[in-house]
Amino acid sequence: MKVAVFVTCLNDTMFPGTGTAVVRLLHRLGVDVEFPTGQTCCGQMHVNTGYVAEAVPIVRTFVDAFAGYDAVVAPSGSCVASVRHQHQLVARRSGDTRLAREVATLSPRVYELSEFLVDVLGVVDVGAYFPHRVTLHPTCHSRRLLGVGDRPEQLLRAVRGLTLVDLPEAEECCGFGGTFALKNPDVSVAMGSDKARHVRETGAEVLVAGDNSCLMHIGGLLTRERAGIRAMHLAEVLASTEPGA
Amino acid sequence: MSPATFLGMPPFPVAAREALANSQQRGNLRNATHTIRAKRAGVVGEVDDWEQLRRAGAAIKDDVLGNLDGYLEQLDASLTLAGATVHWARDAGEANRIVIDIARRHHVDEVVKVKSMVTGEIELNAALEAAGISAWETDLAELIVQLGDDLPSHILVPAIHRNRSEVREIFLREMGKVGKPADADLTDDPADLAGAARRHLREKFLRAKVAVSGANFAVADTGTLVVVESEGNGRMCLTLPEVLVSIVGIEKIVPTWTDLEVFLQLLPRSSTGERMNPYTSTWTGVTPGDGPQEVHVVLLDNGRTSVLADEVGRQALRCIRCSACLNVCPVYERTGGRAYGSVYPGPIGAILTPMLRGIGTDEATDSLPYASSLCGACFEACPVLIDIPEVLVHLREKVVDAHRSRMPGTVAMAMTGASWLLTNARRLAALQTVAGVSGRVLGRGGRIGRMPAPLNRWTDARDAPAPPRESFRGWWARTDGGRGDRRAGHDGREER
Repeated sequence: MKVAVFVTCLNDTMFPGTGTAVVRLLHRLGVDVEFPTGQTCCGQMHVNTGYVAEAVPIVRTFVDAFAGYDAVVAPSGSCVASVRHQHQLVARRSGDTRLAREVATLSPRVYELSEFLVDVLGVVDVGAYFPHRVTLHPTCHSRRLLGVGDRPEQLLRAVRGLTLVDLPEAEECCGFGGTFALKNPDVSVAMGSDKARHVRETGAEVLVAGDNSCLMHIGGLLTRERAGIRAMHLAEVLASTEPGA
Repeated sequence: MSPATFLGMPPFPVAAREALANSQQRGNLRNATHTIRAKRAGVVGEVDDWEQLRRAGAAIKDDVLGNLDGYLEQLDASLTLAGATVHWARDAGEANRIVIDIARRHHVDEVVKVKSMVTGEIELNAALEAAGISAWETDLAELIVQLGDDLPSHILVPAIHRNRSEVREIFLREMGKVGKPADADLTDDPADLAGAARRHLREKFLRAKVAVSGANFAVADTGTLVVVESEGNGRMCLTLPEVLVSIVGIEKIVPTWTDLEVFLQLLPRSSTGERMNPYTSTWTGVTPGDGPQEVHVVLLDNGRTSVLADEVGRQALRCIRCSACLNVCPVYERTGGRAYGSVYPGPIGAILTPMLRGIGTDEATDSLPYASSLCGACFEACPVLIDIPEVLVHLREKVVDAHRSRMPGTVAMAMTGASWLLTNARRLAALQTVAGVSGRVLGRGGRIGRMPAPLNRWTDARDAPAPPRESFRGWWARTDGGRGDRRAGHDGREER
């Protein structure tokens, strides 16, 4: 199986540690993952802000980068949801039938990290060690658009040393919402503050999620108030091992 | 005093900022939405075939919308056969004139009203007022809004932003000005408040010659109209006056009486969180010697046919006004309904209002499709499967396209620039190199604090991550995908 990592533009540029964690984790599980260097972005920001025409060349770049792979794995529920639910729309809008055909065959082979681990590789215990008190924000797009269900929880529960504590009102949106965070900053922050308060209520040291976009928002609020809680991508927790292991 | 109006409201982000600062309203809304949310979840959870019911509801409405011309003619014929007079109104102005003419023909200077969204949409009360006719709201919450010279903020509970002590003050201050006053020793006990409203309204029910209603459903093959309510005030209006005028949006049709079986299960459970609503009134034209002897039905378009012409947006016409989407919406919960500048607030309002009014008409309307984080909670709750996030994104595209001929603004230029960067990996890599340098300048401990406009939209309340020294693709190239790193004893770990 030829596997590629779609690291996403946000992780590539701002959170490379998440990308390297995916690579380490997959290597440990025996997957020889490749990074097609032509990749850039899923185009979601453009589609969700109303710039569908501007998303067309981005989707074309995505298809060109990943068409040759059996499976594509990405550490982002939101970007994978965009690939699965929006690329078809963008391709249709472009009027390019070849692009539409390529999107239709590629999109189902693109997996969010927890889906890839649990469904494709069939592993729940990835051999990780992370001796910390952790709470999970499930993220709206992972839960509602992809239906990842409790896969992230299953993976976290199998991590040695890790204590998983329930997040109150976990299913509520954190208020990031892409350009929503800039177009409606007041509402976005009001939502995020409630989320951050719930995170603090858990007494966790680490807030984990499958999307760095949500974490950038909640984590930015937490560090601003010096809450002493780290935001960390699921991939980085799963890649952690005992020193010397 | 003319009734309050949504006309000239500011764009959503501005109205929202003001609403967020209203601590009383924030508390009232949080309590109310969380209570209804829990009740709804309970009664929906106990129905085994809920998903089938949702699909059935959507399918029935899609059939109606796909064959609306035929069903409308059928409804017209059934209503006429049952003794009702059918009127057709293209827009708000035509509908309001029809109601005014009927009231004038009967020489009345007042009408009683059943709670209705559509009369709010066409601002009937203001039109009647201008014609010298008083419109008395008889639904408890609508009465509170009307007496307080306020605007509704919820579809089902228009006074959701008020708590009982505010209601008591409004009743004490206002009831006497327009009818029977509240007793001076009125308390804020809900039963006491309801008693004051009952005494105030009874006088109006018994006096009024003309009533105005909307309808939850219009059955095409029998000509039956249906009103679903909780208080019984609707039934008073529908049975006591001599003349009844019902304004019905053309999308309210269901083909047959049996189709009601689906909707009378979906609606109460989704809206009030009840298994069944307390009052369901149905009437079919005129029944000699029983109830109103003159029955009018105004079939209203007011933008609905243009919504129907939108292939993605037309699903919004399935809406049965249950307000489940409002109650689960994290944005609505914090801003309340009035920030949406329309009688239709919340997620459904954010798609319905721009489509009814037309995209590109004003800034406030164009801001509505952006009043959502696209979290999807509304779609999950909708009893007729309206994919609200899909329609929101679709309308955002229309907003952008409507402005393409004008000078591009900051967002448009940023989006064009970002598209150019993100279409080519080499350009993205060049950006990352620049970002890495800026991160070293701006970041402290990996974080960036306060930044000037427009970046302050992020950094006013949140830290921003500083761009790292090396991008992921930089690491991959330098270490041959981590193979080099492992040989060198590094594992690519990076502190956030």
